[in-house]
Amino acid sequence: MKKITNLKEFACTPDRFQGGHRLCPGCAHSMIVREVVNATDDDLVISTATGCLEVCSAIYPYTSWDVSWIHVGFENAAAAISGAEAMYKALSRKDKLYNEDRRVKFVAFGGDGGTYDIGFQSLSGAVERGHDFLYVCLDNENYANTGGQRSSATPIGAHTSTSPRGRVSYGEKQKKKDITMIMAAHGAPYVATAVPSTKHWKDLATKAAKAISTVGPTFINALSPCTTEWKFKPEETTEIADLAVETCVFPLYEIEDGRKLRITYRPKDKLPVEEYLSKQGRFSHLFKPENKWIIEEWQKQVDDYWDYLQRREEAGV
Amino acid sequence: MATPKEMLTTWDKVQFGAVLPAFEDPEHKKRSKFHSYNYSVADWRVEKPVFNRELCIDCDFCWVSCPDSCFIVEEVVNKRGKKQAKIVGINYNLCKGCAVCVEVCPTPIKSLLMFPEYVDNDEALKQWPTKDNK
Repeated sequence: MKKITNLKEFACTPDRFQGGHRLCPGCAHSMIVREVVNATDDDLVISTATGCLEVCSAIYPYTSWDVSWIHVGFENAAAAISGAEAMYKALSRKDKLYNEDRRVKFVAFGGDGGTYDIGFQSLSGAVERGHDFLYVCLDNENYANTGGQRSSATPIGAHTSTSPRGRVSYGEKQKKKDITMIMAAHGAPYVATAVPSTKHWKDLATKAAKAISTVGPTFINALSPCTTEWKFKPEETTEIADLAVETCVFPLYEIEDGRKLRITYRPKDKLPVEEYLSKQGRFSHLFKPENKWIIEEWQKQVDDYWDYLQRREEAGV
Repeated sequence: MATPKEMLTTWDKVQFGAVLPAFEDPEHKKRSKFHSYNYSVADWRVEKPVFNRELCIDCDFCWVSCPDSCFIVEEVVNKRGKKQAKIVGINYNLCKGCAVCVEVCPTPIKSLLMFPEYVDNDEALKQWPTKDNK
């Protein structure tokens, strides 16, 4: 496990995900990816599900990756990486000299569409089979690559192109699926949530280093603010990620062995959710008088969940 | 292994399973022409960040939050004999002008500021706000 002490030392790491990709200015995807791939010194094999990251980092004939990278379909990033891991294991068993002095780690990246909805069966299968890999979900709460359709990660009240706001509709009607707890329920050895905020860089980097060095399937759910579909200015990316943590909309915690939950960051003063919602254009209609009840509903859900996490941490089950 | 030049024909001649080599020489980290590091996204931006070395405290917040990895970092050894990263400049080929670095810069007078694309860097450093006039 790479020792991450301070940012001055961490910044000496040569970047393994280079610029020149065509993600939007201020996109949080590349912040998360850079921190994850820099959090280890071992060789990496990466697979990416179809989505913004795959489309933008490998526009033909260019590639942005300094590590081995494979592009697969929307639904099978986890299946492809488990196949690569099994192949590596089999070859090293047959031939002791195969890559003897090298330790290879396996990482899969998927958007929220490729994790929550379409790729869920292959992810669930790969975790159940117990392959040694890390799956990072870049959760931007919609299908941003194809024009912002709703996914099962979209929170209640959000405006997307398939759940538009207007006279009749107030936006998305369903709650966000709790993927982190679902992955923990699989019994994965390490499951965590993270944000790409500058204040919490160490949280993300240590979680990634820990997940990569853990033997067995691990999962990180990283919130990735999307400037285009959430409708905010590019420079506010880290600020919004920070607010998501400070308002407890996206609490930072980790779960070991599917049981031991630990909250890694507790906000000193919990801010009201309005602070987080008012920054984003997709929630601007919630501040109309007739939609006030949705904000109250939001606050209630966030408070309930935060209460649940704290109780679970205390109980240690 | 098919190279992209052979593949750049018509759709019906594109080969399956082609590999894009990121490095010409992996030992010396020499990047090939297929690496997006050698591609320029400079025409995306209307404003550019200008870096003032004199005000910088090397906190490296900009390095960790830059989505395009455009901060050029030099490894130096500090007084206590530990290695640390020193920001020396910005790779303007890769910068898209999102201004995240300016937002996260913690110094009282920011050591990174956005200027219009047509302003020369030396000219911008002369216009830098001073202590009395933030």
